Amino acid sequence: MRIGIPRESRQGETLVAATTVTAAQLESLGYEVVVEAGAGVAADQTDEAFAAAGIRVTDAEEVWTSDVVIKVNAPTADEIWKLRQGATIVSLMAPGRSPKLIEQLQAQRVTGLAMDAVPRISRAQAMDVLSSMANVAGYRAVIEAAHEFGRQFTGQVTAAGKVPPARVFVVGAGVAGLAAIGAAGAMGAVVRAFDVRPEVAEQVESLGGQFVTVDMEQEVSSDGYAKEMTAEQEAATAAMYDEEARNADIVITTALIPGRPAPQLITADTVAHMKTGSVVVDMAAANGGNVALTQADEKVVTDNLVTILGYTDLAGRLAAQTSQLYGTNIVNLFKLLTPGKDGELVLDHEDVVQRGITVTQDGESLWPPPPVQVSAAPAAPAAPVARPAPVEKPPADPRRKVYAAALGAVLFALAAAYAPPSFLGHFTVFALAIFVGYYVISNVAHALHTPLMAETNAISGIILVGGILQVGSDNPVITTLALVAVLVASINIFGGFLVTARMLQMFRKD
Amino acid sequence: MNDLLTSDRLPGLIQAAYILAAILFILALGGLSKHETARRGNTFGMAGMGLALGATLVLAARNSQYGDQRPLAVTLVMVVVAMAIGAVIGAWRARTVEMTGMPELVAILHSFVGLAAVLVGFNSYLEADHLSGSIGTIHDVEVFLGVFIGAVTFTGSIVAFLKLSARMKSTPFALPGRHLLNLGILLASAALLAWFVPAEGDLGLVPLILMTALALLLGFHLVAAIGGGDMPVVVSMLNSYSGWAAAAAGFMLDNDLLIIVGSLVGSSGAILSYIMCTAMNRSFVSVIAGGFGSDGAVSGEERDYGEHREVQADEVAELLADAKSVVITPGYGMAVAQAQYPVAEMTKKLRDKGVDVRFGIHPVAGRLPGHMNVLLAEAKVPYDIVLEMDEINEDFPDTDVVLVIGANDTVNPAALEEPGSPIAGMPVLEVWNARDVIVFKRSMATGYAGVQNPLFFKDNSRMLFGDAKDRVDDIVRALG
Repeated sequence: MRIGIPRESRQGETLVAATTVTAAQLESLGYEVVVEAGAGVAADQTDEAFAAAGIRVTDAEEVWTSDVVIKVNAPTADEIWKLRQGATIVSLMAPGRSPKLIEQLQAQRVTGLAMDAVPRISRAQAMDVLSSMANVAGYRAVIEAAHEFGRQFTGQVTAAGKVPPARVFVVGAGVAGLAAIGAAGAMGAVVRAFDVRPEVAEQVESLGGQFVTVDMEQEVSSDGYAKEMTAEQEAATAAMYDEEARNADIVITTALIPGRPAPQLITADTVAHMKTGSVVVDMAAANGGNVALTQADEKVVTDNLVTILGYTDLAGRLAAQTSQLYGTNIVNLFKLLTPGKDGELVLDHEDVVQRGITVTQDGESLWPPPPVQVSAAPAAPAAPVARPAPVEKPPADPRRKVYAAALGAVLFALAAAYAPPSFLGHFTVFALAIFVGYYVISNVAHALHTPLMAETNAISGIILVGGILQVGSDNPVITTLALVAVLVASINIFGGFLVTARMLQMFRKD
Repeated sequence: MNDLLTSDRLPGLIQAAYILAAILFILALGGLSKHETARRGNTFGMAGMGLALGATLVLAARNSQYGDQRPLAVTLVMVVVAMAIGAVIGAWRARTVEMTGMPELVAILHSFVGLAAVLVGFNSYLEADHLSGSIGTIHDVEVFLGVFIGAVTFTGSIVAFLKLSARMKSTPFALPGRHLLNLGILLASAALLAWFVPAEGDLGLVPLILMTALALLLGFHLVAAIGGGDMPVVVSMLNSYSGWAAAAAGFMLDNDLLIIVGSLVGSSGAILSYIMCTAMNRSFVSVIAGGFGSDGAVSGEERDYGEHREVQADEVAELLADAKSVVITPGYGMAVAQAQYPVAEMTKKLRDKGVDVRFGIHPVAGRLPGHMNVLLAEAKVPYDIVLEMDEINEDFPDTDVVLVIGANDTVNPAALEEPGSPIAGMPVLEVWNARDVIVFKRSMATGYAGVQNPLFFKDNSRMLFGDAKDRVDDIVRALG
């Protein structure tokens, strides 16, 4: 099958759906990959580089008539029109908000696979585009904020006076939020963060952020995404947002609810009371924004000189890296879709990942997919069954041991009664030696098991004693057998002791 | 000279030497249970052996003064020549063996004890005057048992040796009804015993030889039915058997030294096996009975664990250089790839950079108890950073990076999470609690237990494919 990588048509888009590296990986799955001329230039992937990687660079016509077309942004109506019937298109689609796109895909009878609909289960994380792009975007949001902010992030005491550290407040501790917390913390800022899911507090703290709590009943997410809060909850948190934002120098908001407009969390009034020179980065700008004054793709400066950044292309501003990550997510998806590694794309609707991303197929709309319970969310109400209690064997009837001991004692008494005294003497030695061996060995250090075994092995060569005593026999057969016994037992004794010594020589302490 | 040998005082002196030797052996084993005293322990062991052999030579010389045997000098020369040959072979093997080949060496040495026990047992029967009454009966039973245990040890050790040195397939060799077969051999041997004890003259040789053949078959079959992954237990079990063989020889020869040493070795081998069994969550009885580990043929329930992710050596090097604490959990794969030297070098480089590097050793990692410790010691990794599973398991949540080098079943979370898994309940190194886990592996094949490892598909795991030695070398180079 042929995979086409077209140039993105969206104004200002820098990303490309495959880099030279990931295109070659797709080819190794058996596909033929063609790239539209100039597709990757903005992401540092020149046509020459593609050609050097063995990827054919061609015109738009051939790319769009491929069996599979992979791009970053959702295809436009024109682009869908260019697709062959029965072809497959893979891209971000936001299917929950794009009923029209689904209709167009249906009309053209193409299979639509939405990269942003990958279920949030552990297995699918390798192809979760939203996570990989959000990670980059979160980092970039901090960089953009630092660029606009009139001060350093680190607190310093210098000869020229004391500089307080910047205070950063991050709303939403998803992938983007966590990346922002990490980046801001690494630059020296004091980071506080809030999320409606209390279970992420630990993750925030693991990145050096402080988790802000609100006194209210909080919910546990069941699908890995934050939900919009109820009215009372929202009222309870509004005051917190207001207070935190006023105290912060940098506010980064990342709150998104899948398939719905972003919740408005920071009011115009709050912004009006923020410190002069503060910066707000609204990462939810594309979906309406978390901040009242946000304008998508714009930098807004308020009357009190608060800068509000509504850039929606934060990930695209690190084009080469984001393209590489997106491309790798694509490769991981295609590994799943190409079980035979033969360049034949196979969609298995039994698989929740493949079913989840399939938006349309054969003129049918398959959106929305059946819900998927996410492994990432703790099943708080359900009893934790992660580790089943070990199956206890019913304890053996204690009487059985007593009977066995009694039987043993009787048998031994019988044997002792008929045995000569010399045997009993030997038996005493035997029984005591067993116990000595048991107690001597019980505390052996684990690391010394091998030398110990070599040593006991050497010692058990003591059977040599038996052989030596038999050599003197006047029966030549006995003498020969005894000599063989002496020989092999000597190998044992010398080999065992020497190898023990050699091993012990190696154990050393620093 | 002759006066001295025939002196009445001599038997007492020899007995004293034997008692001293026995004490030295006990001290040797006791010393070997701690690092600090281990070398002293080995010296005690050699001293005890020297004393015992010296006393025995004197005893043999004394015995030759009675009866019309060949001259003393001839006997002594023969013994010394045989011992010298054995010493040369033993010393040569001990000098040249690769540390990775230690399991094979120990296994083959066990077979020598078994062989010697069989030979001594036969001699003891041929030499005896076939006394009647209870003394004769007891002696016959002792001979019979000694030969039986020796023969089982002999072939069992040879099979273990063949499996460990990959000259024989390590997969369990399972005959239908093999437990019945084993039981049948035991019953047949008991029947032969009933024939053997009352037999007059040399007629008893027939049942004795028949039984020996059966016991050889039993030893072969017992160990052949055990999968290669369970060899650590098998080797220590055979160690135990070889001890019991020596003890049985002591009974038949009326020699307390043999009894003491044999039972010391027998019980210590049994304890070691027991420790191994606990570590693998196996029943001790099923080990002794043999044929355990055949569960390895069952691959557990098939399920989709998802995709694994790959990582390259230079990325691992960066990850390691930035880490505060690193734990390395080696397995048999490290031994196979001879990767212990680059691992030691990597450890040194990281420690020089201030990274806290430690090793976590699973009790059954490798093919011999303590196998990994010996390899790491050979590569000069200080033993105080090499920790046991119980010591390190609770530290994993605070660990930045775990390197799993050639281990598989010993780090398999299925043992704790999947009750249906063949390795369910086996204590494992909980490496997945660390921040990042890098798994060195040749391919995605399963481990010895034949169980898929969900660790490879965890979110924080990444796979580094290829020969462990080459990959670690790459990391060492990237660390600069």
